[in-house]
Amino acid sequence: MRAVRLIGRAGLWLLVTLIVAYSAFPLLWATVSSLKTGSALFEPSLWPGHASLTNYRDIFTVQPFGRNILNSLAVATGVVTVSLGLSVTAAYALGRAAFRGRRLLLLTVLSVSMFPQVAVLSGLFEVIRWLGLYNSLTGLGLTYLIFTLPFTVWVLTAFMRSMPRELEESALVDGAGPWRIVFGIFLPLLGPALVSTGLLAFIAAWNEFLFALTFTLTADRRTVPPAIASMSGASAYELPWGHIMAASVVVTVPLIALVLAFQRRIVAGLTAGAVKG
Amino acid sequence: MSGGTGTDGPVERMRRRAVPLFVLPMAAVLALVAGWPLARTLWFSLTDATLATLDDHAVIGLENYYWLGLDPVWWRAVGNTLLFAGVSVTLETALGFALALVLNRRLPLRGVLRAVVLIPWAIPTVVSAQMWAWMLHDLYGVVNTILLALGLIAAPLAWTADPALALPAVIAVDVWKSTPFMTLLILAALQLVPGELYEAARVDGVPAHRVFLDITLPLVWPAVMVAVIFRTLDALRVFDLMYVLTGNSRETMSMSVYARQHLIEFQDVGYGSAASSALVLVVALVTALAITAGRLRLGDGEPER
Repeated sequence: MRAVRLIGRAGLWLLVTLIVAYSAFPLLWATVSSLKTGSALFEPSLWPGHASLTNYRDIFTVQPFGRNILNSLAVATGVVTVSLGLSVTAAYALGRAAFRGRRLLLLTVLSVSMFPQVAVLSGLFEVIRWLGLYNSLTGLGLTYLIFTLPFTVWVLTAFMRSMPRELEESALVDGAGPWRIVFGIFLPLLGPALVSTGLLAFIAAWNEFLFALTFTLTADRRTVPPAIASMSGASAYELPWGHIMAASVVVTVPLIALVLAFQRRIVAGLTAGAVKG
Repeated sequence: MSGGTGTDGPVERMRRRAVPLFVLPMAAVLALVAGWPLARTLWFSLTDATLATLDDHAVIGLENYYWLGLDPVWWRAVGNTLLFAGVSVTLETALGFALALVLNRRLPLRGVLRAVVLIPWAIPTVVSAQMWAWMLHDLYGVVNTILLALGLIAAPLAWTADPALALPAVIAVDVWKSTPFMTLLILAALQLVPGELYEAARVDGVPAHRVFLDITLPLVWPAVMVAVIFRTLDALRVFDLMYVLTGNSRETMSMSVYARQHLIEFQDVGYGSAASSALVLVVALVTALAITAGRLRLGDGEPER
């Protein structure tokens, strides 16, 4: 009996080790590769013989990667702020008021968030050009609202619904209107929900590729994903893998730190969006 | 709908008064960035517009759709996308379930473990595609090195270039990247299963596989179905992975890659819009099917009273 349990225990730990290796190895390998230079890059050793930060220096000096990171930060921060601002009030109405067309509106919001982005590409291109925002970060941010806004509205609606009614009643007695209720009373209580939602929307905007590839043109307006996708050498066989891996590590490590730090909040946001709906 | 049923007190009236001003800005923005562009795409699909002549185009009816239907590359893209979505979502669900069951056990360092499992999900798709492109490199890739060392293959494989291997490689990368999402959602559902149920089953001596089939599965099924639908819709619009791993190669081309190639690279807005509209149609069909099959009621939930 004890032997069986011991084997079970060992099996479980083997399984856990496999899971960890499977999840973490590609990032580990990218880190190791990013520290190699020259011909060492093409040898499969797990430890760089002469670890060097040349690749990291290069991406910030030879390539405008610092600029790309700032662009991504600016676009993602801007679009999250606007999305949250627009959706707090909308979520209050959708989550708490009974009105005609509410269900239809919610379903529309949900279907927009599940929309293939390529389906609006030509129409958006026209809008962007008409507004004179082609190859600008503002234009790119505007297009990102198509996926961040439905998401923040949907998730915040779920959170708004769970707020106690008593707060509204007493606020009404004190003579407060809907604005005071939403911004003065509910918003402070929704802090954690805003963090979850904002973080997930931020990650989505930070990772977006198709619009960034299509609506920006010049290297100095590129965000991180198209910058990493387009790092290239003279031919397909001369891709600067060292640079690509260094850039990958640079943008991934902060993101992982963020995810680890806010793990619980992220899970709360994801499940509120997917399960409670 | 619960509109005007009985309890229409001052709170309800206050809430309803706020609706227009609270909802309109959001609705207006969505109309600008989603509704109007989608309508334009549908319109362009009936015209001969090009990127250079967006304002000056002629209506040509369904001609674009006619050519689309005759293009074997398009049908290849449809097949690739459906195969990709079907296989990867199935694998992600199975693997995600397995991982969730392991993580749901009482393990030391469970928090750390759960965080490690999340790593692939936190990495931008473009970045994970590049990381895997390097690992799957035909000459210097570590995957070939490991498989050669283990004696599993006799010669290095060209994972992303070999027509027979390219789509499986893309699927493998997607499984790596998206399984954490499934794991998370299934784990969240597993943790809502009351512990007493397992306790009672243990006391009654119910075998483990029956516990799983009769208790666990029925209770987490609705959450799993929601996750499956979300992932399927996401997989049907896949673009980044194929574009970065294999470029515009026909062997792996998805519907999104096909549509963008025609829209932007060939600048044929009319034809590209027809392909985009067809993609929307496929997504709508699959959604309708999934919701009927899963008997799900999305977007439900009455407003709080």
